[in-house]
Amino acid sequence: MSRAVAPWSIEAAQRVLAQVDEPGPVLVALQSLQSQFGYVHADAVALVAERLNVSRADVYGVLTFYSDLRTTPAAEVEVRICLGEACQAVGARALLADAREQLAPDDDVSRVFCMGNCALGPTAVVNGRLLGRASVASVRAAVDGRPT
Amino acid sequence: MTRIFVPADSAARSVGADEVVAALAALLPDATIVRNGSRGLLWLEPLVEIETADGRIAYGPIQPADVPGLARALGGDGSHPRRLGSIDDHPWLASQERLTFARVGVIDPLDRDDFTAHGGLAGLRASLGMDGGEVVAAVTASGLRGRGGAGFPAGLKWDTVRKAEGPRKFVCVNADEGDSGTFADRMLMEGDPFTLLEGMTIAGLAVGAAEGLVYVRSEYPDAIATLQRAIDIARDAGWLGADVLGSGRPFDVMVRVGAGSYVCGEETAMLESLEGKRGVVRAKPPLPAISGLFGLPTLISNVLTIAAVPFVLERGPEAYAAFGTGRSLGTQVFQLGGNVRQGGIVETGFGITLADLVHGYGAGTLSGRPVRAVQVGGPLGSYLPADALDVPMDYEALAAAGGMLGHGGVVVFDDTVDMAEQARFAMEFCAEESCGKCTPCRIGSTRGVEVIDRILAGDHPEANRILLIDLCEVMRDGSLCAMGGLTPQPVLSAIERFGEDFDRSGHDDR
Repeated sequence: MSRAVAPWSIEAAQRVLAQVDEPGPVLVALQSLQSQFGYVHADAVALVAERLNVSRADVYGVLTFYSDLRTTPAAEVEVRICLGEACQAVGARALLADAREQLAPDDDVSRVFCMGNCALGPTAVVNGRLLGRASVASVRAAVDGRPT
Repeated sequence: MTRIFVPADSAARSVGADEVVAALAALLPDATIVRNGSRGLLWLEPLVEIETADGRIAYGPIQPADVPGLARALGGDGSHPRRLGSIDDHPWLASQERLTFARVGVIDPLDRDDFTAHGGLAGLRASLGMDGGEVVAAVTASGLRGRGGAGFPAGLKWDTVRKAEGPRKFVCVNADEGDSGTFADRMLMEGDPFTLLEGMTIAGLAVGAAEGLVYVRSEYPDAIATLQRAIDIARDAGWLGADVLGSGRPFDVMVRVGAGSYVCGEETAMLESLEGKRGVVRAKPPLPAISGLFGLPTLISNVLTIAAVPFVLERGPEAYAAFGTGRSLGTQVFQLGGNVRQGGIVETGFGITLADLVHGYGAGTLSGRPVRAVQVGGPLGSYLPADALDVPMDYEALAAAGGMLGHGGVVVFDDTVDMAEQARFAMEFCAEESCGKCTPCRIGSTRGVEVIDRILAGDHPEANRILLIDLCEVMRDGSLCAMGGLTPQPVLSAIERFGEDFDRSGHDDR
């Protein structure tokens, strides 16, 4: 997965929003902004509200409801450990604890619920790359860009 | 030129399928490598299949380091320690009844000729010769019920939408497969996306909808990409668009991507999300069939329900209803996961016992330890103890045993599981994912975590146990949707059947 994102600017955001042409567009608009800039800048709320003719409160509500949408740039390294029941059954809680303890402090390690890899858990996602039968070693290798 | 199949399924990729492909391509430059879906024998992934005069010969699991040896074997007599023989004769697969998953793992998911050569579009073509009422009648006669969890008769829902008045109608497929332990929607979208599009087209033409939407969770980027490409290919082929297969009738499909919200798998929350809003549950009535997306008549259907429809139209409702048992007709795509030795997809008629799935197909736990608990039907499903697995897997029998089929996920736990922790997690999950609209779910889940913590801390455990049961009743009876309404199931089943785990007095000083 490419993690290259464009720097935020009002003009660039307006170009992204001009492309949004779908029914029920608020969520799509925010997703488009996030995929362009890596996050949704605070100033985007007013832009989206203006462009789609909805209230800022509506936009803010959507922005803060969905866990995918973020209002700050992502960390360089994003590690997600699945804590769905199927992954818990094969040690995901320990993997999450170990990853938090052993990876670099700047690495963003958090939990998610189910990546649909329930027969090959525990499952981790490292910068968008799905790892089955994950261990701290395989997570660290993926962080370093080495073969797992 | 040898054809080699290596799945592009994301589960296979998670254990190295892409690296295997790179190694194979380097060593066998003349071979054609097809990225198929997964056969669903996930413990054998990456599973490499070689096309031979004797059928497709499988090897697995194959790691990149195994590829040089595999290449030598292919240059010789084919013998290799990981050789599994003809994949079609593999007992795990040969004993299944694959109707919905008939093509998954067999074909190239995005090769339209491969799709039609394996029976694709036969159901749609058959439906084009019938009027909408006849198509609905066939779906009704097949006994097909909703595979998302509720088990509502599909034909009845189709009939309601067909008869509903509206300037536009929609077919919305719910591919927000958030239940832990379920992955069949994902595997179908990655492995045979045209079948989903075919089923949606049959449904749309039958109920009078020209627009279809698939709401796919963002955790499934491969499924989203594959489905998107399949839609483009289907449009180019005239399978979708203004003139479906030359019938003069329009139907088209678009993909909408979720944004990380479990509750958006609830149908009315999904509609809100499709409208671009917060995924907050709507009160029913009105039913979405009457007033759904943008207030218009909407057929909402699970991926597996819609994907079963082409078979029904191609072979007839009787052929589908010949599988299954009682009021649970046809096949169910069971998904085996968690602490299980042989996890994956088992599609078979309803009525197979849970024990056959867990101990037969699953071959027990991955850890080799005894099975202690099995959770059926996702995070909102009950935990069943190891001595209660003789229950037949159909909607009614499972409900009578205090369980729930849900989306067909089966998650196995060994004897190291702490069921009090699992109960606490169920409440914690609900607190995290609740949409917040109704009080029992929004507040009850947080209170539930606190009460369980008090029980485990030895703070008036008996009084708090009674309080927890009372809280569960309020959530069950007072919540607006299944999120709050069913969260008590895993909690109560843990208390009732694994009560000893809640007593920390003997081995904990807290």
